[in-house]
Amino acid sequence: MTIRVGETEHAQSFQKAALPLLEDAQLRKNVRHATDVIQRKRGIVVGETPDWQELRTAGSAIKAHTLRYLDQYLLQFEQACTAAGGQVHWASDADDANRIIVGLVQQYSGSEVIKIKTMTSEEIGLNEALEQAGIRAHETDLAEVIVQLGGDKSSHIVAPAVHKNRSQVRQIFRERMNLPDLSDDPEELTAAARHYLREKFLRVKIGISGANFLVAETGSVSIVESEGNGRMCLTLPDVLISIAGIEKIIPRFEDLEVFLQLLPRSATGECMNPYNSLWTGVRAGDGPQHFHVVLLDNGRTGILADAESRQTLQCIRCGACLNTCPVYRQTGGHAYGSSYSGPIGAIVTPQLLQMRQAQSLPFASTLCGACYEVCPVKINIPEVLIHLRGRVVREQKSALDPEALAMKTAAAIFTSRRRFEAAQRLGRVAQWPMVSHGWMRNLPGMLGNWTRVRDLRALPKQTFRAWWKARAKTDLTRGPSTPLRAARNLAQDYDPNA
Amino acid sequence: MCWDDGYTGGPSCLRVSLFITCYNDTLFPATGQAVVHLIERLGHTVDFPLEQTCCGQMHYNTGYQQEATPLMRRFVEIFRDAEAVCIPSSSCVAMIRDHYPKMAAEAGDPGLERAVDELLPRVYELTELLVHRFGLEDVGAYFPHRVTYHASCHSQRSLHLGNLPLRLLRKVRGIDLVELPNIDRCCGFGGTFAIKMGDISAAMLADKMKDVENTGAEVVTAVDTSCLMHIFGGLHRARAGVRMAHIAEILAPTESDVGEGAWA
Repeated sequence: MTIRVGETEHAQSFQKAALPLLEDAQLRKNVRHATDVIQRKRGIVVGETPDWQELRTAGSAIKAHTLRYLDQYLLQFEQACTAAGGQVHWASDADDANRIIVGLVQQYSGSEVIKIKTMTSEEIGLNEALEQAGIRAHETDLAEVIVQLGGDKSSHIVAPAVHKNRSQVRQIFRERMNLPDLSDDPEELTAAARHYLREKFLRVKIGISGANFLVAETGSVSIVESEGNGRMCLTLPDVLISIAGIEKIIPRFEDLEVFLQLLPRSATGECMNPYNSLWTGVRAGDGPQHFHVVLLDNGRTGILADAESRQTLQCIRCGACLNTCPVYRQTGGHAYGSSYSGPIGAIVTPQLLQMRQAQSLPFASTLCGACYEVCPVKINIPEVLIHLRGRVVREQKSALDPEALAMKTAAAIFTSRRRFEAAQRLGRVAQWPMVSHGWMRNLPGMLGNWTRVRDLRALPKQTFRAWWKARAKTDLTRGPSTPLRAARNLAQDYDPNA
Repeated sequence: MCWDDGYTGGPSCLRVSLFITCYNDTLFPATGQAVVHLIERLGHTVDFPLEQTCCGQMHYNTGYQQEATPLMRRFVEIFRDAEAVCIPSSSCVAMIRDHYPKMAAEAGDPGLERAVDELLPRVYELTELLVHRFGLEDVGAYFPHRVTYHASCHSQRSLHLGNLPLRLLRKVRGIDLVELPNIDRCCGFGGTFAIKMGDISAAMLADKMKDVENTGAEVVTAVDTSCLMHIFGGLHRARAGVRMAHIAEILAPTESDVGEGAWA
């Protein structure tokens, strides 16, 4: 089996990939601005939803239930979709899915496809597979158009071009659409994109989409979007191929009530998406006459098997965790080296890859919990991150790794009062060559990462416990202390610069 | 020694067992001294079990969960009979509250699991102890300085302290409390994150320092000395002229301390 997530196998560690991004002031400004705007909008619409917490609870419960009975719901979906005239394909990994889709395009004698709203296709490297088979793929989501024409990578799971501002977009359109006089006026830019895309909508006969939801009960597929370009892709071609991860399933049609409230508020700060498309199989004389759904595993059943991190599969790809994440805010999505970025990417990517790649990602978080707080389906991302860190340490780290040695030594120190107190004394003595005027500014080894931008106060003359022991002795000679006496004692003993 | 000073509304003297945390013990004794002073000043007694070391947070959060389990056992053993445990660090309280029950269950020791369950309701972060257990917001403190408060991640999103620390700070005499923009945004410390992902941590710290400096505060405070060590470490490197004080160091001094200690 070849499980693959985009080009993750060639990606650098998070901390290395972040370096050039931290240097890019324009990118950081764009990311800060865009995430601030979306977060502000989200805050307003969530605030206006009195049953928001109940909705989150419901969304989480429906997803957890679905995952528990995923096998049954997938079969139910296949049955309902087939009955409505669709055809369901099962893909175990990226290559399998690509083979199926390339085969379908060739079956319908296509040489071009138009694509909409499919991160899964980025995950499996579909565009590259199509290209190798001589098939041209045109992205039609505006942000995806910007990314594709710019030879770039998506940096956000909802807003892939979040790292570009409009003058950068103008530059790309000028060069790639051959429009030397294009201004950076948003209306002119969208008009240019519209002109570029309309021609493709009308000409290309095969559409490839992703899916936000698969309804098991009815065999329906749903996509929500803001531009209407998706609606074009879903309705104009003769052939529609939808690819979806197996976790996209929900049991009943009425469950959409919950998710269509949670998703737009979390993703774009809107009460409702401008375009909500929902289709079931094929209908003679209306829309695509051939409809295929490719159900993708590509590592998902492996995540399902891990009870501690199964909740990862509850994700509805809203991107709220990216927008609120203080780490994502600094780097944008490219540092994650995957189609899935931000906190959710940090848990999805390495798990899809069975923890064999992308091992730095679970550590790309301060565990601040902002992601969990906003997650519409209550994925406890910090908890999963900690679990995955444990897996990296247990499965990947050699016992002689310097970090592992340091951690084991620290654990040995902390399990004994005698050793702990000895270590405190030793630290106090050993630090002297590095201390200057009560501060340490240049520590060796890994601790040097701290002192590159931060000072560290030297270990004080007296630890707290030493002070406590000395005080207990004094109190015995003085008799019972009064509160005021205690205050005075303290004031005398207290020296913040000690 | 216990006495009724009117704050607690009755002779409800409590024997508070202090878990000072490993880093406060080693690096920031002033925080612990202020906690002791404050609790005693409010009419309660403090007990400091000398066997205590570390709650295991660093190990647990970095992926060394196996190494953290013996530290949990130690903590439970040392504090199981405490009337109330006070911890002046929200992240250590979060470690205990959020992870100990699961760790105990995984250890497959029903006795330990029960002991954790019984102990947890008696574990308080300092401001929880003051407000929820002592029923106080005005602790009679005096701190005539311009102060800004950083709402640390665990205090907000794990302990859900909300504005509890601010309610205590607002009652401090002489204080000039200024609101910190982006008050609950992470400072970039994250324990070993600051070492492993030093550059990203530095970028996050730069944002936090900018916010602190824009308030014009002389003192930045929080309920976690660890975050303050990070924020102040950066401010000190930049020679920004802002100092740090754990919230206990602001709530401990009274007007009678003026001129007697470093607080005044």
